[in-house]
Order: sequence, then C-alpha cells, then structure tokens
Amino acid sequence: MEINQLQDICNQVRRDIVRMVHGVQSGHPGGSLGCTEFLVSLYFNRLRHRAPIFSMDGLGEDLFFLSNGHISPVFYSVLARSGYFEEAELASFRKINSRLQGHPTTAEHLPGVRIASGSLGQGLSVGIGAALAKKQNGDPYLVYTLHGDGELQEGQIWEAVMYAAANQVDNLIATVDWNGQQIDGSTKEVCDLGNLPAKFQAFGWEVVHVEQGNSVEAILNGLEDCVSKTGQGKPVVLLMNTIMGHGVDFMMGSHAWHGIAPNDEQLASALAQNPETLEDY
Amino acid sequence: MSSILNQFPFTEKKDTRSGFGAALTKLGETNPKVVALTADLAGSLKMNEFAKQFPDRFYQIGIAEANMMGIAAGMTIGGLIPFTGTFANFSTGRVYDQIRQSIAYSQKNVKICASHAGLTLGEDGATHQILEDIGMMRMLPNMTVICPADYNETYAATLAIAEHDGPVYLRFGRPSWPVFMDQTRFPFVLGKANVLVEGSDVTMIATGHMVWKAIEAAEILRERGVHAEVINIHTIKPLDEEAVLASVQKTGCVVTAEEHNMFGGLGEAVARVLSLNYPAPQEFIAVNDTFGESGTPTELLTKYGLDTPQMVAAAETAVRRKTTK
Repeated sequence: MEINQLQDICNQVRRDIVRMVHGVQSGHPGGSLGCTEFLVSLYFNRLRHRAPIFSMDGLGEDLFFLSNGHISPVFYSVLARSGYFEEAELASFRKINSRLQGHPTTAEHLPGVRIASGSLGQGLSVGIGAALAKKQNGDPYLVYTLHGDGELQEGQIWEAVMYAAANQVDNLIATVDWNGQQIDGSTKEVCDLGNLPAKFQAFGWEVVHVEQGNSVEAILNGLEDCVSKTGQGKPVVLLMNTIMGHGVDFMMGSHAWHGIAPNDEQLASALAQNPETLEDY
Repeated sequence: MSSILNQFPFTEKKDTRSGFGAALTKLGETNPKVVALTADLAGSLKMNEFAKQFPDRFYQIGIAEANMMGIAAGMTIGGLIPFTGTFANFSTGRVYDQIRQSIAYSQKNVKICASHAGLTLGEDGATHQILEDIGMMRMLPNMTVICPADYNETYAATLAIAEHDGPVYLRFGRPSWPVFMDQTRFPFVLGKANVLVEGSDVTMIATGHMVWKAIEAAEILRERGVHAEVINIHTIKPLDEEAVLASVQKTGCVVTAEEHNMFGGLGEAVARVLSLNYPAPQEFIAVNDTFGESGTPTELLTKYGLDTPQMVAAAETAVRRKTTK
C-alpha cells in the first residue's frame, strides 16, 4: 500500500479514536493517537495476517500482541478497519455488553485479540511464548509486541528481555512507544528510563531506533530493518520516538491527555484537524 | 470386622511430586503438544527425566516466575500444552496477577503444577509454606483446582489434566507419604470425589496429604464406635457437590481437612454447599489463620492442629453438635 493511502487510513483511525473516547467519555486518547502511524503501518503493510479470517492459534501468520492494553481505541480501530469486525461495532467501545472492553480481552471473543492486556508488563512474556510455539511448530512467521515506555518500569519486562536474549528468541520484534510520558508526568520525572537503546543492547538485543515515530515512511523503514534482523540469533526491539496525542494539536506532547475524554467542542476541533478519508463508523 | 487401615495397605511411601514428575515424562512420550517449563526448580519438581528425554520441549526459564507464566500463556496460542513447575508459593502468590490476566481471564490452557505446598514442606519455614494458594486459585473464574492425596493419584491427575482444556492449578507436596490410592479401586476422575470409607455417623472430607490422616482417624473412631465416612476430594474446584450432599444427608455432620489456611480453602467450599442446601454442623481441620514455621512435617502437623488425634476430636465434636444444636 502506498504511503499516502496509509496516511489516509491514519486520519480515519484518529477520527475513530477521538469519537470512541468522546462517545463514552472515557478511555485513553493520548497514547492511541501517538501509536496510530505505527499500528496502521504494521497492520496494513508489514503484518502478514489473514484478516478478516481470524484463528486463535495464528499458525502460518504473523502475530501481534498489544501489551499496553489501555491504548485499546487505536487497536480496535485498526482491527475493524482491517476487516476483523464491522466498523459500526466501534460505537460500543467501553459500553455494557460490548466486545470492545476498556482493555482488550479474549473473553468476549473479539476477532483479532489473542490475549487480555491492561495490567502492564505481561505482553512481552506472552509474545516470547507465542514465538517459542512458532519455533516448536516449525512455523516461520514472526511475533510482534507493543509496549508503552512507562510500561518498561515493570520488572517482568526485564525478566522477559533477559530470557529472550539468552534463548535466542529471534522471531520476535518488540516495539516501544517511546513518548516520554506516563500518567503522573514525564517518564523522566516519574522514574527515568535512562539510555533505552544501550539497555536493550546490553541485554543482547538488536536495537532499531526510529526518531520520527509518527512518520509512516520512517516506521515502514524501521520495520523493514527489524524484519531483516530476525532469524539471526537475537531478539529485535524497535524504539519509536512518538508524540503523545499526535494529530490533535491540543493533546500533543502532554501526559494530561493520557486518560481523559474530549468534550463536544474539543471533539469538533479534533475532527476538523483530521478529515474523513474512509467512512466514519 | 476388618480394620479400615487394612483396606488401604501400603508398602511404600513416596512423595507426590515424584508422581507428577513420572507422569510428566509419560506425557512426553504420549502427547507431543506437552511442553514443560520451570523457574530453576527442575530437580525439586522431579522434572529432570522429562528434560533429559525431551530437551527440545523443556524450557528452563530461570528465576523469573512472572515471565514463566506469561510465556506459558503465549505458548498455548500455538496449540502447545505447557506445564509450569515451581514451588506452590511461587506458582500462585508471586504471580497472581499474571495468572489472573494472561491465563485465567484469557482462558489459556496452562497447567500450573505446584510442589512444596502447605506445612509439610517442613524445615524451609513460613516463607515457603504457602497456606493461601487454594483460596487464591479457587477465586479465579475458569480455574480448576486439584490437590491429589498420594503418588498414584498425583500421577493420574497429571495425565488427566493434559486432556482437560483450560487452566488448571495442580497442588502437591514434598514429604514421603503413604501410597494408598489404588487407581483400579479409586480411579482419578476430574471433578469426581472418591468415597474411600463408608460410614453413617460423620463425614470426613479431606484433600491432599490430609486424606491419609482422615483414614487413620476413621480407624480410631471405629474403635470408639463412631462410623466415619471418608471422602477424598482431589478436585476442589469444581467441587463434587453431589457427593458432599449425599454423604452429609446420611451422616448429618462433617469434618473438613486440608493443609491450608482455614479461610478460603476446602472447608469454606464445603460450608457454602451445605449452607445453601443442607445446613449441618461442620468442624474445620485447617491452619488457624497464621503462618507456619520450621520443623519436621509431623511436628508441624501436630503443632498446627492437623494431625490424626485432632481429626478424631473434631469428628467427635461434630457428632456431639448434631444432638445439641
């Protein structure tokens, strides 16, 4: 798919995100907007998947696990726009009797979701397990995970980072939304992550760093670089410098929009900045 | 009249963890989907033979139990059947949130196999003697909880859970214990209680190592003219409510026995069934909401009120309460 087509999808996904969060007056728009270019690029260009067909075992296709489950709005929008379920269902986000729970779950059998996430720090281990199962099954496809940068403060992440390198889990690409923000403030203020590339390198990972994490082109190049580094005995991490709230000017770059919803006026402004490219749900 | 103990002859004592280890090796031969994971306790969990025979399906995770639970959950997505092995304390309390979100809520087919449960772990003391694990695992939706009584039953349960689709907590222990559960007479069927001794005066419902203690207590009670019915509840969840009710409707009172805190375990599970269907006097043989300590298994069972004499006394109290309530 061409870059301008992907950018069009990004605009629509951003509309979906702010409309979903506005519709229920709850949810997490900031991280969702910041990861829009990444998830669109992955699902519409890089991920070898069989949407709209979904099977839990994922044999013979690439798998993606969202570890920072609170950015469910962008995940649900991209899954729907990929064809896993009807776009109209996005309107049920966070409402009673919905398959689109506040944080993703397998309990409601929503196509595209293979693990519950929300309590942070667990998705890298799950991704490693799925990658090991692929090796056990002789399945040459890849496993991707996405993590928030604040999530890297969880100890389980580093258990998994150590294990994956020690055991040559080289069919795994972990990606990090490195926006420098978390609920209580900047990551620097809350608990400084330090030199992330050096940390992953020291643990024995291949590191790919994309400084323009909201550029579709930069992300596609970064993903291509990551894929080329798989199968060589090392796990691969993609560190993406993103801007929280990207694409909605009043949300950009601030932790304040981590988990609050826009009002009617703010919604109108956000939508005006992101023209409808596919049809609104 | 033949004694009760004569009906349960045993010629050897073995640890239940060895029943797990032997069955795991058997599964290695019979089920190619079975993989085994440990967090630096392969020897203690008797997983070394599996590791030797099936090195490609054995995963040494290192001392990182949270990571182990997550990896196991991920492996199920590719259709594998992972068996995790570490101590009961590190299999539950340490990783409760990982089990809750990645395994139970996500409905993943992980078999959490936990050794060194309860007081009979012995000398390592309270840090390792978990007495809350049954409660934690019982409270998780989708979770099956099994606590077998001896080597034979642990072996059979290990084989059975590989055939069961869904998360399972399998609890066993460290000490050498009488091997008495003859699988031809009392086969392990998941979710189905086994009535080991029939009686009419009091029902003794026990799980794990306490089943043997219940048989010993029933023998003493018989000598005193009290006919105890002994039920082995190996599957604590889902509980065989029919078996519990059928027995208590006959005897009118019950003693529950478990190597666990009195809160959250088998005793409360049975009490719930009775209070909803057939209220009856119940006595609880369990640890009295305290932590354990170092000591031999026998010393600990005695000090914390879980030995045979205390079970006899509890049964006599339950019988007395039938007439004084």
